[in-house]
Amino acid sequence: MDMTQAIILTVMTAATPLLLAALGELVVERSGVLNLGVEGMMIMGAVAAFAVAQLTGSAMAGAVGGMLAGLLFSLLFGVLTLTLVANQVATGLALTILGLGLSGMMGEAFIGLPGLKLEAVAIPLMSDIPFFGRILFNQDPIFYVSILAVIGVHWFLFKTRAGLKLRAIGDNHGSAHALGIKVIRTRYLAVMFGGACAGLAGAHLSIVYTPQWVENMTAGRGWIALALVVFASWRPGRVLAGAYLFGAVSIGQLHAQAFGMGIPSQFLSALPYLATIAVLVIISLNRRMTLINTPASLGKSFVPER
Amino acid sequence: MRIELQKRPGQSALFSILSPFIALGLTLVAGVILFAALGKNPFDALYSFFIEPLTEVWSLHELAVKAAPLILIAVGLSICYRSNNWNIGAEGQFIIGAMAGSILPVVFHDWQSPLVLPLMLVFGMVGGALYAAIPAFLKARLNTNEILTSLMLVYVAQLFLDWVVRGPWRNPEGFNFPETRSFHEYAVLPEMIASGKTHWGFGFALLAALLLWFVMRRTLKGFEIAVLGQSARAGRFAGFSDKGMVFFAFMVSGALAGLAGISEVSGAIEQLRPVISPGYGFTAIIVAFLGRLNPLGIVAAGLILALTYLGGEAAQISIGITDKVSRLFQGLLLFFVLGCDTLIHYRITLVQTGLATRQGGTA
Amino acid sequence: MKKTLLFLAAATALAGYSTTASAQAMDKVKACFIYVGPVGDFGWSYQHDQGRQYVVEKLGDKVETAFLESVSEGADSERAIERFARSGCNIIFTTSFGYMDPTNKIAADFPDVKFEHATGYKREHPNVATYDSKFFQGRYVIGQIAAKMSKTGSAGYIASFPIPEVVQGINSFMLGAQSVNPDFKLKVVWVNTWFDPGKEADAAKVLLDGGVDILTQHTDSTAPMQVAAERKAFAFGQASEMIKFGPDTQLTSIIDEWGPYYLDRITAVLEGTWAQTATWSGMAEGHVVMAPYTNMPDDVKAMAKATEAKITSGEFHPFTGPIMKQDGSEWLKDGEVAEDGALAGLNFYVKGIDDQLPK
Repeated sequence: MDMTQAIILTVMTAATPLLLAALGELVVERSGVLNLGVEGMMIMGAVAAFAVAQLTGSAMAGAVGGMLAGLLFSLLFGVLTLTLVANQVATGLALTILGLGLSGMMGEAFIGLPGLKLEAVAIPLMSDIPFFGRILFNQDPIFYVSILAVIGVHWFLFKTRAGLKLRAIGDNHGSAHALGIKVIRTRYLAVMFGGACAGLAGAHLSIVYTPQWVENMTAGRGWIALALVVFASWRPGRVLAGAYLFGAVSIGQLHAQAFGMGIPSQFLSALPYLATIAVLVIISLNRRMTLINTPASLGKSFVPER
Repeated sequence: MRIELQKRPGQSALFSILSPFIALGLTLVAGVILFAALGKNPFDALYSFFIEPLTEVWSLHELAVKAAPLILIAVGLSICYRSNNWNIGAEGQFIIGAMAGSILPVVFHDWQSPLVLPLMLVFGMVGGALYAAIPAFLKARLNTNEILTSLMLVYVAQLFLDWVVRGPWRNPEGFNFPETRSFHEYAVLPEMIASGKTHWGFGFALLAALLLWFVMRRTLKGFEIAVLGQSARAGRFAGFSDKGMVFFAFMVSGALAGLAGISEVSGAIEQLRPVISPGYGFTAIIVAFLGRLNPLGIVAAGLILALTYLGGEAAQISIGITDKVSRLFQGLLLFFVLGCDTLIHYRITLVQTGLATRQGGTA
Repeated sequence: MKKTLLFLAAATALAGYSTTASAQAMDKVKACFIYVGPVGDFGWSYQHDQGRQYVVEKLGDKVETAFLESVSEGADSERAIERFARSGCNIIFTTSFGYMDPTNKIAADFPDVKFEHATGYKREHPNVATYDSKFFQGRYVIGQIAAKMSKTGSAGYIASFPIPEVVQGINSFMLGAQSVNPDFKLKVVWVNTWFDPGKEADAAKVLLDGGVDILTQHTDSTAPMQVAAERKAFAFGQASEMIKFGPDTQLTSIIDEWGPYYLDRITAVLEGTWAQTATWSGMAEGHVVMAPYTNMPDDVKAMAKATEAKITSGEFHPFTGPIMKQDGSEWLKDGEVAEDGALAGLNFYVKGIDDQLPK
């Protein structure tokens, strides 16, 4: 495996959790709900995945466990914001705090244990393609899920009726409700999907990226994922681009350091964030595109009128 | 059977007062269960959390010291959130404000005069405001989402501080350790009350809250903020500029965060270090919401949240719970408060499913 | 009568004098610890807590301990230290550089409490002591091992922040490596964090992708060791024993042993003999310990053990000239040993390192 392949692989591993979490949140936000609790759901997924993997001896079970944990945790958010109509921003933040604390507590028994790693699965034939085969078709299952999810979410949102209804809710929940679309139910499903994705993203951290459990191991990735949704103007393909861009700059700056370039490392560390802002500004210059894609009901509470 | 919410015609006055207490009650119950499950005496635990920090004067001072930046930043954030500008970057504005305010004592450390401190505070506010103007500009002129830009700029600010403190502003007599010189006495924010550590940062916080209350209740600007927050279009019809409000809200919020930054640095830390904030900018977001974006509520919320921090530490020592438990507790408190707040705006009724379907579209 | 009174007065005065001149011995000491990270970090704070547990084991009933973890270095740390001082702690250990000023500030208000600050240099009051360990001694040994074990003649260094202690480590590692292979190459990556498994894993991958085959780190997590294990490279553990994370990968680990020091100081408080000190100890005192040498041929093991013995006995000091600075100018003459003061503020590289330090 040559250096280019190695670098691309490293970037992909770095980008996968961001991509997954962002995709989930994208669907949630397209339905008009702003869930800032992504970090909390991710860390719950991470601890659950690690714990399940340790207890069952199967990393795959861990991945599923992480997904479920994220999903269940997101239900807390759902009940509060969808049924009890609490403020979404505050509830999302509360979810993050709760998640960080709860995961820390749950994970105490698992500190210092080397974890099980989810092994790469080579897709027969495809993985023999020169250069690309090694990169694209010889990866861990969660990576495959993330790519399939991009395609799946795009197809769902833009090619199915259900997706159309979801987007309608996001644009104007009052009208959608008047048309007979089940707003609250759809939003619940969206929130749970977002939770499952975030949970799986967290699972990736603790059973693929660095197979161990450490407090706060998400290290702000949930927030980056949130930013990526906005960066992508709520379009799945753009989320892929954004996650990989961020991953590439993050890894690239480490390479620049290893090269001994003499640029202050803090500046290099800041590059991914600056690059994200820069690209976003460029994208935003196309006003129409941005306005069309922003879900107009984002963050607003919905209560069916009597 | 289904839970249904009916919007109240106005805010329920009864529940406006009751809901925080109900929330507190629920949290206490949850706390008792939690601590009992952990094998600790629940009443000792709750005492440590909520009562112990209030029993000693020094602790009350620490409460004020911890609450001051939270309240100050949250007041600024409430202006932003009320006007629908989602400033998530207060942490970055705090840091840049602290740095801007520290220029005098660090770079021009030989100039010692009573003028230094007021100038530091002004620089701090200006620094924070200018840093907040970046996401504001990007939003107003280029329609770039401010959640993302303000958040990314937090990381940039943290790295900038790290670089400055390890490089150009490093203390020449400090054995090359990452910190600036200690501030001279003219650059230290003095104590407000003789009996302890509370510095004027707390005074600024209370003043800011009072000012905001006045602005929101009694001035046209306050009305403008509220209207634009509800509907930008309606505001434009009324002759208000929503773009102008973006700048106004962000820069005021940035200035207050910057003031909090320089107050913290000159009042509590007395130098610049790589880490000057344990996440005040983010905690303040919670304080703003807990206080329901109302200045007086924010003061109370800031003090209560500070209490849980102090209580958490006290509990760690006296009962031996870990800091994760205190964080869990804070999360629970927040959850219950948010849940109970629903009661203020909506009446909860249990409805028989059969009946409900007659009444048209359901959720 | 007068004589008796005078005698009594004199005796009382003498008794009073002797109790203030030396502190009283105590039956039980409350020792309190402040950690900058979680005890579960399996690195810096974890090792300090291991030290605390060592003391509990050795002193049993005579000591009561308490700790606060993840205490941020801003205003929170001052409050935490004061809280400990007010809650009956007799000796408080503050285990991070950033606690230096708060420690000294609170020490002024509590003259009867002893304060011990790790890795700092300010002792502004008689009740403040500082302590640190000469980790660079361990770095020299692993540098030698690296040069012997590396097939590519290069190693990767995952560094946290450019403070003197980290620079000492990098320089010492390089000197050790150069003593075996004068053309040894070192790649340094600064991750700007003490602890972030994700970032450390990324840095490890980047270094390995760039062609090194041995990793060492001055960060706290076990992630680099895991990456090295996956890539079938070699690595050195840091602060704690990391062999579980790389049974075929870890060559050795530099372990921070704080237990003996803590036992010393707490016993001193028990016996009333505590006095201000500035400790910078190392292998000789058992504060820097090398994990068992594994995954290497016997001759390398023997070399490492020999070097370790020479450093422990004081026969050899890693920073012994002739050593040139990175810019080519002379730092230490032949046989000259670097002074502790110069090392404490070290901010330049030795010759041969391909990296730029921030000015």
